[in-house]
Parts: sequence; structure tokens; C-alpha cells
Amino acid sequence: MTDPLSAAHAHPHRHPPRPDTDDTLGHYQIMEIAIRELLIEKGIVTPAEIQRAIEAMDARGEALGARIVARAWTDPVFKARLMADGTEAVRDFGVDMGTTRLFVVENTPAVHNMIVCTLCSCYPRMVLGLPPDWYKSRNYRSRAVREPRGVLREFGLSVPDDVEVRVHDSTADMRYLVLPLRPGGTESLSAERLAALVSRDAMIGIAFARNP
Amino acid sequence: MREPFRGHHDMGGLPAGRVEKTEHDYAFWEKRVDAMNVLLASKGHLRVDEMRRNIEALPPDAYDRMSYYERWISAIAATLLQRGVLTADELGRKMEAIAQREGVPR
Repeated sequence: MTDPLSAAHAHPHRHPPRPDTDDTLGHYQIMEIAIRELLIEKGIVTPAEIQRAIEAMDARGEALGARIVARAWTDPVFKARLMADGTEAVRDFGVDMGTTRLFVVENTPAVHNMIVCTLCSCYPRMVLGLPPDWYKSRNYRSRAVREPRGVLREFGLSVPDDVEVRVHDSTADMRYLVLPLRPGGTESLSAERLAALVSRDAMIGIAFARNP
Repeated sequence: MREPFRGHHDMGGLPAGRVEKTEHDYAFWEKRVDAMNVLLASKGHLRVDEMRRNIEALPPDAYDRMSYYERWISAIAATLLQRGVLTADELGRKMEAIAQREGVPR
């Protein structure tokens, strides 16, 4: 499974940065430097705060979300708390949702959930880190709510006709995370080994959890 | 029934092409824009709805032409100008100075 376009596209690994990024300064990169320097001169932010904020965002990602999912699969009390109040339950993992609220939506044999933000790019970033480009693309944002099964097929995911597909449109205040269906034959696996089966894409709902 | 007015950003349900599974590792300048947004919000200098309003106010051709973090830094700039945290004059002069310092033709 090395096809980078496959739904099983595993992380973490490196993607090339866009060629037009750090080498030549465009208008908006100059704007970024100017605003940053002015805010520092005015004492509104410090370079150390910017560095810490970058490191904090870099530390969020698939692995954090996967640990939360694996805990829910193995700890019924935690799962009940997570489903009742996601914002509160993820504090166990040091996640502060800030001004947003987290809603966890559970996949079952009868229901498959996926998330989108049709208006922009709202995403459970405090758990999963920054969203992939395709999540923010016109094609995904437009079509996920109208023809989700077609979009899922393009990601290589075939959801049977008798399984209901629910699409959750995120907002600035409400962020969703998909709790994937636990793969069969994993009863004896530890939470740590279970977490390795959970990809970012499974928590967006465009993939299933991997089989062991 | 006529379709109600939609903003250019309001694309849910509209016809569109195949989803290409693109992604890239964020560049440093993109991470800095993201961090600045987080910090300004936490310090009360910017709210998510102001960011949204300023992104959604971009003309459709600019919205489509600009990259994601180009839209964000432009919305951060607009918000800070609207709030009077920065003035257009000081931002313009600072950008000019940086372009000169970095040898970018203007």
C-alpha cells in the first residue's frame, strides 16, 4: 500500500512543501513578516510565544487522536464521557478546545460518519493538528454534503448501501471527530496497538480503521 | 424557487469536480500565520468571526487565486486595521522596508 492516493495513505511521513513557499518572498509573505515585526515592536506578541504556538500545533496530530479513539474502544466509562461531552473528556489527554466544542460521532455497523466544513476549513485542529489541503478544497467542501458516497468512493472507500452516511458540517464553534468502528479480531490488542490502526483519515471519516 | 443569494465561500452542495487527495507539509511562513492567529485570538485582539468576515469579504477572483494562508494573513491584516491595532500607513511602510531589506523588487 504505497499509493499516496489510497485511502489507507498512512501518516506520519513527509510531504514536499509547496515550491512557492519559503524561497522567494511574495506579497503575502512580506505582509506576514511586517505584521509579525510590528506586533513584536508593540509588545503584543513575543518571538518566543510564536515559536511555542508553532511547536504546540506541530505536536497535535493523528497520534493524539488515535490515542483518544483507542481509549474509547477499550474503556467504556471514558467512551460514555467522550460521547456525552467530547470537549470535557479530551482534557484527559491535555487537549484544551479553547472557544470551540468537540462533538464525537460514532461509526456503527449501521452508520458511517464523515466531517466537512462547507464554509471554510473548521476542523478538530486541537486534536488532529492542521487539516490536509483536500479538506479545504472547493471540490470536497462542495460535494461532501451533496454526494458523500461518491466522494468516499474517490477516496477508495465503499460504504454499503444499507449503511447510513451522515455528514457533519463543522462551524467555527462546533468541531467533529469521527470515532471509527473497531476492526474485528482486535479483542486481545492493547490500547497502544489499537491506536496504530487509527489514521487521521479514519477520524475524518474518509477511511476505515486498519485491520491488524 | 430561485436559489437564495450565496457568498462565494458558501459552496456546500454546489456541483464541483473530483476530490484530489492533495496535501503538503506546511511551510514555516504558513505555520507562523497560524500561530499569529492563535495568539491574537487568545490575547483578545481578534475573533474567529472577524477572520471569517474578512475572508468572506474577499472578491471571488481573489478568494480563488489566493492560497489558504494568503487569505488568512490578509484577513488578519484587515482585522488589525479595523481594530486600530495597526494603521495602514505603518503596515505599508513596514512592508516596503522589508522588501528593500530582503532585496525583493517592488
